[in-house]
Amino acid sequence: MLEASNLECVRGEKSLFRGLSFRLDPGACLMVQGANGSGKTSLLRMICGLAQPEQGDIRWNGEPIRKLAEDYRGELLYCGHAGAVKDDLTALENARISATLAGTPVDVEAARLALRQLGLKGREDLPARVLSAGQKRRVALTRLLLEKRKLWVLDEPLTALDKTAVANLGGVIDAHLASGGMAVLTSHQDLPLAAGRVEQLRLD
Amino acid sequence: MAETSLLSALGAVIRRDLLLAMRRKSDVLTTLFFFVIVVSLFPLGIGPEMAMLRQIAPGVLWVAALLATMLSLNRLFAADHADGTLEQMALSAVPLGVLVTGKVVAHWLLSGLPLALLAPVLGLQFDLAAGSLGVMVVALLIGTPVLSLIGAIGAALTLGVRGGGVLVSLLVLPLYVPVLIFGAGAVEADLGGLGATAHLSLLAAFLALAAFFGPWATTVALRIALE
Amino acid sequence: MSNRIVNWFKFASPQTFYPLAGKMIPWFWALTAVFGLVGLYIGFFVAPTDAQQGEGYRIIFIHVPASWLSMFIYLIMAFWAALGLGFNTRLSGMMASALAPTGALMAFLSLWTGALWGKPMWGTWWVWDARLTSELILFFLYLGFIALQSAIDDARRADKAGAVLALVGVANIPIIYFSVKWWNTLHQGASVSLTRSPSMAQTMLWGMLLMALAFWMYSIAVSLTRVRAIILERERHAGWVEELKELKS
Repeated sequence: MLEASNLECVRGEKSLFRGLSFRLDPGACLMVQGANGSGKTSLLRMICGLAQPEQGDIRWNGEPIRKLAEDYRGELLYCGHAGAVKDDLTALENARISATLAGTPVDVEAARLALRQLGLKGREDLPARVLSAGQKRRVALTRLLLEKRKLWVLDEPLTALDKTAVANLGGVIDAHLASGGMAVLTSHQDLPLAAGRVEQLRLD
Repeated sequence: MAETSLLSALGAVIRRDLLLAMRRKSDVLTTLFFFVIVVSLFPLGIGPEMAMLRQIAPGVLWVAALLATMLSLNRLFAADHADGTLEQMALSAVPLGVLVTGKVVAHWLLSGLPLALLAPVLGLQFDLAAGSLGVMVVALLIGTPVLSLIGAIGAALTLGVRGGGVLVSLLVLPLYVPVLIFGAGAVEADLGGLGATAHLSLLAAFLALAAFFGPWATTVALRIALE
Repeated sequence: MSNRIVNWFKFASPQTFYPLAGKMIPWFWALTAVFGLVGLYIGFFVAPTDAQQGEGYRIIFIHVPASWLSMFIYLIMAFWAALGLGFNTRLSGMMASALAPTGALMAFLSLWTGALWGKPMWGTWWVWDARLTSELILFFLYLGFIALQSAIDDARRADKAGAVLALVGVANIPIIYFSVKWWNTLHQGASVSLTRSPSMAQTMLWGMLLMALAFWMYSIAVSLTRVRAIILERERHAGWVEELKELKS
């Protein structure tokens, strides 16, 4: 269970939001909405522990995430604007190496399977340099399938994805929620998710 | 986390950085060429008198090694920062310090180690005797890891900062002074017939200190840079 | 009992510290003037002419205090840096950045007066003496700190990054100092040390101590002024700054 209470975010000299509180239970998804520059990415980075809130705190199962450190990071998966995909490595190498860096090494078969599941069949051994933006994004998203984390924090995961890939990702997130996972995400596009699980959070 | 998985993560980072360097060899080779060119310029500036060259050789080689390391520091974290890998490392279940250590080791394997192996060839240009060349290599093998470890702190502090490349040299070069003194001193002591053991032991002591505190300070600096 | 415990964190807030610093500054200036005048008087009129070095040696009344202060200020800077990193207090970072230019000034002054002294004494402006060389490296460390802080736009990040650098620097200073000393003895360069006069007269020591106190008080006064400016700059949108009387006119 993820809980945030009374968060305040300051960027430069401007306070983007204050007094923000929410609670996320297993199986639920929090959709963060707001205009450009309203602090969506900042909020997501706070939830990950990359940025410190000016005020307030974030708790995971009742413990402040600062204290939990690696124990919390082991439950967390963050996918930001930058996909952490290396141009010089193949799709398969990218998938396996990012899983290893995250602390959950996977074998070749699992990585191939995940790539195929996201529609990258036949592209596994191409260097990421020659992949399109959408395909690179899909390589980045294989981590969702490989790393087995409880809480997904996804910043604009749909950028550059085509319709089938969006539907595909929707299915992946749904399955994650159905198995008791949690997700926090931002998106300017509509993401088809099963009704009843999605909560909205507006930043203004 | 169990120790074995920490070690395997450490190994994975080193392999990854080596693999990336293999795919883009020019980065590594540029540093080496720089080293060779800088060292070769000195006789042109000073004159071909062998006695003089022999005397300045240790200093010249070490200063060139410092500058070459300096040049390669920028790519230590910059690429990973730009494409988001560094964020992922900071969020990994593996402690960031372990991953940073891996990156520093890889940096040394790609800059310090080749420099140390190349140094004897350049030492010949300066008419150094075989024994002194040996001491030179040993001193570089012990000293260059310290350069990578301290340099990593500077690289982390200047990550994504305006003019980071020049700034890092301003921050790090003064901290390299002890390594320079004892690294070059080792070869000079050998040339003077004093024996280089004392110098090399002190270099090793610096290495122990830097290996202990360096990754820790780098980790702190990286977290600050990512905030 | 509880009200006898001073809440030090109260003073760590820029809002309470700003007026407090404003009240302290004139006192430190006054102390600077008193110590400075007495110190200079002793230095110029009471201290005897040195048997070997003549009148030129009197520059040590500037040189030595400046060297002491340059090292001392780096320590203080590192202290504030550690405090800022440890407790995440905003004022500590501001103190560290306010001290750096004064520290750099002291290091520069020490180098400059060292050179001025060297010329008549040894006939050369610069000697690779262990102390002068360490002082030069210390000066570089200050410049690095200032350059790093001014290159980072975000004030908080600048404080923290500067703090890490200051701590790395302070851990390295002893190592650098002893390395340079070793290097100096090995190379048998000029072995005349600046402060090793055979028998320093008691009055000379007093003069130097008084001048050191004057420099110290000056450093405090200037740093407090600078920290006030930094507070105003960083908190210019805070309510309490907008209500300050001195800014209204």
